[in-house]
Amino acid sequence: MQFSEQWLRSMVNPSLDTAQLGHALTMAGLEVEELTPVAPAFSHVVVAEILEAAKHPDADRLQVCKVKVGEEVLQIVCGASNARVGIKIPCALVGAELPGIQIKQAKVRGVESFGMLCSAKELGIATEANGILELPADALVGQDIREYLNLNDSTYTLKLTPNRADCLSILGIARDVVAMTGAPITTPEIAAATISSKLTKAVSLNAAEACPAYYGRVIEGVNAQANTPDWMVRRLERSGIRSISALVDITNYVLLELGQPMHAFDYALLQGDVAVRFANAGEKLALLNDTEVTLKADDLVIADGNGSVALAGVMGGKPTSVTDATQAIFLESAFFTPDVMAGKARRLGLSTDSSYRFERGVDFGNTLNALERATALVLEICGGQAGAVTAVTAQLPVRKQVALRHAYLLSILGIDVSLAQVGQLLTQLGFVYTEANGVFNVSAPSFRFDIAREEDLIEEVARLHGYEHIPALTPVASLGMLVAPEATRSKHWLRDVMVNNGYQEVVTYSFVDASWERDLYGNSQPIALKNPIASNLSVMRSGLWGGLLDALDYNLKRQQTRAMLFELGARYEKSAQGFVETLTLSGLVYGSVQPEQWAAEARAFDFYDAKAHVEALFAQPVHFAVEQHPALHPGQSARIYLGDKAVGWLGKLHPQWQQQYGLTSACYLFELDADAALATQVPAYSEVSKFLPVRRDLAMVVEQSVSAQAMIDAVMNENISQLKQVKLFDVYHGKGVPENKKSLAFLVLMQDTCKTMVDEEVDTIVARILNNWSSKFAASLR
Amino acid sequence: MADLNHLIAEAAQDFAACHDVPALENAKAKYLGKSGALTDALKGLGKLTAEERPAAGASINVVKQAVEQALNDRRDSILAAAQAKQLASETIDVTLPARAQSAGGLHPVTLTLRRVEELFHSIGFSVADGPEIETDFYNFTALNIPDNHPARAMHDTFYIDSGNDSMEHVLRTHTSPVQVHYMENNTPPLKIIAPGRVYRVDSDATHSPMFHQVEGLWVDEQISFANLKGVVQDFLQKFFERDDLTVRFRPSFFPFTEPSAEMDMSWNGGWLEIGGCGMVHPEVLKHVNIDSEKYRGFAFGLGVERLAMLRYGVNDLRHFFNNDLRFLQQFIK
Repeated sequence: MQFSEQWLRSMVNPSLDTAQLGHALTMAGLEVEELTPVAPAFSHVVVAEILEAAKHPDADRLQVCKVKVGEEVLQIVCGASNARVGIKIPCALVGAELPGIQIKQAKVRGVESFGMLCSAKELGIATEANGILELPADALVGQDIREYLNLNDSTYTLKLTPNRADCLSILGIARDVVAMTGAPITTPEIAAATISSKLTKAVSLNAAEACPAYYGRVIEGVNAQANTPDWMVRRLERSGIRSISALVDITNYVLLELGQPMHAFDYALLQGDVAVRFANAGEKLALLNDTEVTLKADDLVIADGNGSVALAGVMGGKPTSVTDATQAIFLESAFFTPDVMAGKARRLGLSTDSSYRFERGVDFGNTLNALERATALVLEICGGQAGAVTAVTAQLPVRKQVALRHAYLLSILGIDVSLAQVGQLLTQLGFVYTEANGVFNVSAPSFRFDIAREEDLIEEVARLHGYEHIPALTPVASLGMLVAPEATRSKHWLRDVMVNNGYQEVVTYSFVDASWERDLYGNSQPIALKNPIASNLSVMRSGLWGGLLDALDYNLKRQQTRAMLFELGARYEKSAQGFVETLTLSGLVYGSVQPEQWAAEARAFDFYDAKAHVEALFAQPVHFAVEQHPALHPGQSARIYLGDKAVGWLGKLHPQWQQQYGLTSACYLFELDADAALATQVPAYSEVSKFLPVRRDLAMVVEQSVSAQAMIDAVMNENISQLKQVKLFDVYHGKGVPENKKSLAFLVLMQDTCKTMVDEEVDTIVARILNNWSSKFAASLR
Repeated sequence: MADLNHLIAEAAQDFAACHDVPALENAKAKYLGKSGALTDALKGLGKLTAEERPAAGASINVVKQAVEQALNDRRDSILAAAQAKQLASETIDVTLPARAQSAGGLHPVTLTLRRVEELFHSIGFSVADGPEIETDFYNFTALNIPDNHPARAMHDTFYIDSGNDSMEHVLRTHTSPVQVHYMENNTPPLKIIAPGRVYRVDSDATHSPMFHQVEGLWVDEQISFANLKGVVQDFLQKFFERDDLTVRFRPSFFPFTEPSAEMDMSWNGGWLEIGGCGMVHPEVLKHVNIDSEKYRGFAFGLGVERLAMLRYGVNDLRHFFNNDLRFLQQFIK
């Protein structure tokens, strides 16, 4: 909502300057988003008349003018091509300071000049200008231009919240200024017009609950080509509305002044009676903005004998609109209920000053007044004779009484305001109330659509009392300890482990390119957005690798050569139950293991580096199984299991995607369910054995394809009570080992909790192990 | 008996010619070994008379002690020289750079959220979370924003495509739905903050389609708007570590709080919008079956990137999502 300060001050003029008024509005909840003066500061510019204009003796494009600035006549050299005898223009006198220009007595090409004739741009009231500003012929020579053009004005732009529809007019803002300052209000005097035309229009209400009040009147003999008076053009322009024609300007003026949207039809183009009804489904209507809309059965229209002529409360129809040829108008002022209006304009891709107001609530107590106000302006500006008002009304909204308990108000706000003060504030707001036993029974006026319950009134009292006068108090509460179970880790712990392993955290978008989902996750049916912000951000990620690779790519293009990145965030998947979000930890390593340095041989990251980082995240041991993933190299891809639950993936980026991303070296990725890593156990003590463990080392020759983990699992699954640990400590290929085979060296730890083990016991266990490996893996001792 | 004093000088000379411990032990044999000169002299004492023996023995002992002293001195000196040589050979340039490890770091949004969580945890707030793909009900209706309410236009909402006209699922436009989930599943008194990602269809220099909010909620029997001001002001002063920081509350409108306020913070002589807040609307409490006559509460929502920008002096929102390591690694601490 944009408006002119002077217009507001014509209704209420509190003793606050422009900035103070802006602050008061903001602190009362009408946030001033922008406050700009209509013209920059300048002085000594007056209305002047050119009496003579002669060519400059030494310059083709200059004229030497004799200019009347009051009693005095000055000689001024002017370069504007439109400077000519008889016109009235602004003239800056010697000593004037314009934006960026100081006016001094000067010689221009040898001719004395005592001032400057000004363009609108030079005065700072327009960004473009074509020559000096020509003023109307009746401008009073000698008058200060600021006074003449009413330039001591500012434009406020309010960012109004949806509940304050009552402030979508000068009158509404003025009422709120009254409420906040107590200054008196002067509203325009509105009287019923004298009826001097016999023309009337019958109106039928076929949708009374959608339009419980409709007032219309015919005014004949109007001059549609009359000029809109300057004061009206100025007020409209300073409120952000361009002047179009007198009749349209008048309806816009009343809209801004009183908040009542109005519409003028060309009376001659309306066929028969007018009806307010819901549209027939599929009905078409050509609108003023030169579009045609197809209506649904819940759209409300104004119709004549031929069909719909306006989309009620949104926009008029083109065929019946007023034009320069219009001689009689049918002027409409109606109340359409917010419930019916809500969402209708938006559905049709329209938003008008009218629909914006009706959706939020227009004062139904002022509908007829607005019609009379507009009538008076039409008669004044366009002439004509007014016909009798056709009034059709039904059940208007009823403002139910709302109880406000004084004690409750004080406890909710935490302030101390007396009963009398609360009453005073309610009165300033224009609310009517009775009070008994500390309870106010309040009726909100017709212009307030946001007062339906006690909290609405509390808010009103709070904002007028002033939020800044509510103290800031630390709450008093009972103290209970907050404990997280010891068997869980926090997300911060996970992040810290990653950071301590050298990873940098990144945050990437939750929506990604559909191709990432297809390529990296084999997901051809990702969760898609109806209205993505860009085509490459159109689907929800089912994994975080795309974002990590994108971040890698971004940094490699900026001369980074290695990266360790991780992200902790949700991935999104569909399931039979709906959408599933899983907190996921993903990591990526690329380039050399350590930063370039003198103290270590350069070595590229490999699978086992990443595997170590994964294992560091889990409290319990995880297993890695050979399984395939679309993103990963088929020979370097493992699924991560915690017990028998799959909790993630680890592997080398598939060379196909490595090539596609233009990565010169290998990239290793992992991704796991964060919850699996967050679970841990409360430590439980077990007896430390007094007997020393026995160690045997076994070097086994097996086929290349044999999995070391499978060999360890196979013997551990025998549940030999004295066998404590089997651990791989060396892998060897080459001399002494046949081709296609490898040597795996295991250490085997055995221990008895009750006694020292004897050689026979140890040999028996070793024999069992060798048997197991020999039969299951064709393994032989090296 | 022959004068043995000359042995002292001879031994000193022999020992000085030795440069390691084995050579020294060899040289020692000539004087103190089984057939060394001094051992022989001591053996010769038996041939002397009882009267001569004490004086002769004493004089031999004087010489023997002097030779032993010379031997020990030389041994110490050889060992000291050897150690000095070893130390010299082991000397390194301690100013060379340390063996380099990757330095990891947290994203500034995480740093900020962690600090927010710590501050609120210190006065008893728990952390809650909720889904980012929300139903229309939780994102709007349960927060007292019915269909077609003009307040919906304040939220530029992303809708999930279900392959039909359904607009049922949205990407949450704020963290406020977490309030509703939490209140459905817990009974007052309640004190939570809910940090997380939120989404709006908006992208330019000052808007990101994805950003972070932190929601706060305190529901109890005696909570007031004055308490809301107290907690928010305390938080901002502690977060920015500035006691002179002032917070301005301005009337505003959110369908799920009433009275509602925008929070502005004093900054460089002006005011900066930092979030929205208010007393939880009774309609919201009604949706989750909390008796609004007995309980009331306050809620607030803060923009995390805004806090991070002010705290760390970041001047462009887009830095947070470009993931440029040159930016991110400035936050390693």
